[in-house]
Amino acid sequence: MRLVVDLNKCQGYAQCAFLAPDVFAMHGEEALVYNPRAEEEQREKLARAVAACPVQAITADGLHGAGAGSDEAARESSDAH
Amino acid sequence: MPTDYLDRFRREGRIVIVGASLAGLRAAETLRAEGFTGSLTMIGDEPYDPYDRPPLSKAVLLGKASALHTDLPRRREIDAKWRLGVAATGLDMTAKRVRLADGDEVEYDRLLIATGVRARPWPKESEADLDGVLLLRTRDDAAALYRRLKAGPRRVLIIGAGFAGSEVASACREMGLAVTVAERAGAPLVGALGGVIGSVSAELYHENGVDLRTGVMVTGLESDSVGRVKAAHLSDESVVETDLVVVSLGSMRNTEWLTGSGLGAGPRGIACDAGCRAFDFRGIVTDDIFVAGDVARSPHALFGYQFLSLEHWGNAVAQAEVAAHNMISSSAERRPHLWVPAFWSSQFGVNIKSVGVPPMGEQIMITQGSLAERRFVGVYGYQGRIIAAVSFDNTRWLEFYERQIERGAPFPVEFATVDRRPEGRQPVDAAFPDPSLPTHGPTVTLSGYSPSDRQLVFTPARH
Ligand SMILES: Cc1cc2nc3c(=O)[nH]c(=O)nc-3n(C[C@H](O)[C@H](O)[C@H](O)COP(=O)(O)OP(=O)(O)OC[C@H]3O[C@@H](n4cnc5c(N)ncnc54)[C@H](O)[C@@H]3O)c2cc1C
Ligand code: SF4
Repeated sequence: MRLVVDLNKCQGYAQCAFLAPDVFAMHGEEALVYNPRAEEEQREKLARAVAACPVQAITADGLHGAGAGSDEAARESSDAH
Repeated sequence: MPTDYLDRFRREGRIVIVGASLAGLRAAETLRAEGFTGSLTMIGDEPYDPYDRPPLSKAVLLGKASALHTDLPRRREIDAKWRLGVAATGLDMTAKRVRLADGDEVEYDRLLIATGVRARPWPKESEADLDGVLLLRTRDDAAALYRRLKAGPRRVLIIGAGFAGSEVASACREMGLAVTVAERAGAPLVGALGGVIGSVSAELYHENGVDLRTGVMVTGLESDSVGRVKAAHLSDESVVETDLVVVSLGSMRNTEWLTGSGLGAGPRGIACDAGCRAFDFRGIVTDDIFVAGDVARSPHALFGYQFLSLEHWGNAVAQAEVAAHNMISSSAERRPHLWVPAFWSSQFGVNIKSVGVPPMGEQIMITQGSLAERRFVGVYGYQGRIIAAVSFDNTRWLEFYERQIERGAPFPVEFATVDRRPEGRQPVDAAFPDPSLPTHGPTVTLSGYSPSDRQLVFTPARH
């Protein structure tokens, strides 16, 4: 699953780091570092982090079941050339 | 545009986007989300699906993410024809065609240009080509840099202490590597945030064990007998022995491919109106060519209609959305790009954020917290107005200042603020360097008022 955090919006509340510590971590007091590619087994935790972020700063795809939005699906649908 | 034409265009028109990165992707998604069902072609010279760059100097160098896996999540399917790994090499505005490096030509009804910037290389080519001299802009750059850092260089030299250089220096220290940073200005981050904040950054450097050399220029890179860099010579006659040099001298706009096209494109970017429509070289706005992201420079009502070039992630997203909307809307429905500039960086464990345009600031006052504690908000004033704010580990207040900037609230700041200290009562000179001297990578460039500015040279095509 791919994800990105809009760090302009992010307030460093750390809910995500609490809910999905393998994906998100605080670095210092309020800087967030994260892995833009989350492993499959992180799906549920990542979904919870996305939902819990108070400023909706996290965008992820591939959260709703395999297929749609995954790397492979995106490539299939796009690689017409 | 008559509505029947617009309807047909929205149904079966052809849109081409050149530059398949952050701005290009978000524009494509917006076009589809707003009902464009015609053909969409994405042209990108990098052989990769759109990926995100900010993690390349942060999570990737900290070992928390792979350089090859920062692909951007998709907001929706875009059903595009992708031409990746092939550069656009020319534009024929009359025939409405984009020429590609492989000889192909792609026709458009409307074109979006989102070709961004690239890292400014070390100016002496023979030295730039030495083994161990690196840049950081792309995924491949980041992968190469991370590999070299992991191999344990004896000393890393970073040339330029802008945001990118500072982030790399910070990552090096976390890896326990010896690092020297050479900066022409008096302190790091001076071009972006001024000297008052720059001196706080310099303290962070020192505390974290970076060998910071300011007020110096690197005059030459020296090679060993097999073409690997081994030392750098500085303008103060000192020599830094190094086996890994990261050149972090800011960026150059990717506009060369438009040379001779007649578009108002040059070294300072592509000028556009507030609705993201590109100007031609005469200063006349085009109706079918739009621009977004790092390559654009556009006038901003909040900042005296100065043309701003913003090398900011948030700008690329916001401007792409506005450009896409306007590409498929009638003039009455078009929107201006009025995004308040915002930026973040994290280095040495400190979260730095800014809103507004700090380099326009004449004075600064610390309205919350204190510089000594590295936890504060600084507010920049310009002609009696609040023009920008910066925070170090104090993010939650920034939105408040954003509202103040939008309102044109008076400066000096008179309202009582939480955690106001005596040191913040009086504004002081923000200490930006002379704007006519180049600094290492200011991320906002004030590029004057007029799109047909004298510095834009129109070179007619030779063929
Ligand atoms: C290491 C790094 C760290 C960053 N950190 C931050 C940060 O912390 N905060 C922040 O706000 N911003 C940050 N940025 C800036 C942010 O990434 C950019 O603002 C953003 O990428 C701009 O997106 P863009 O789509 O306009 O341009 P780009 O991402 O530059 O994309 C342009 C694309 O067009 C392609 N292209 C160029 N010429 C052609 C051509 N002729 N034909 C076809 N394709 C072409 C390029 O190869 C590239 O893929 C950082 C950037 C880097 C490199
Ligand atoms: S939960 Fe949201 S605001 Fe909080 S740290 Fe994570 S991304 Fe930032």
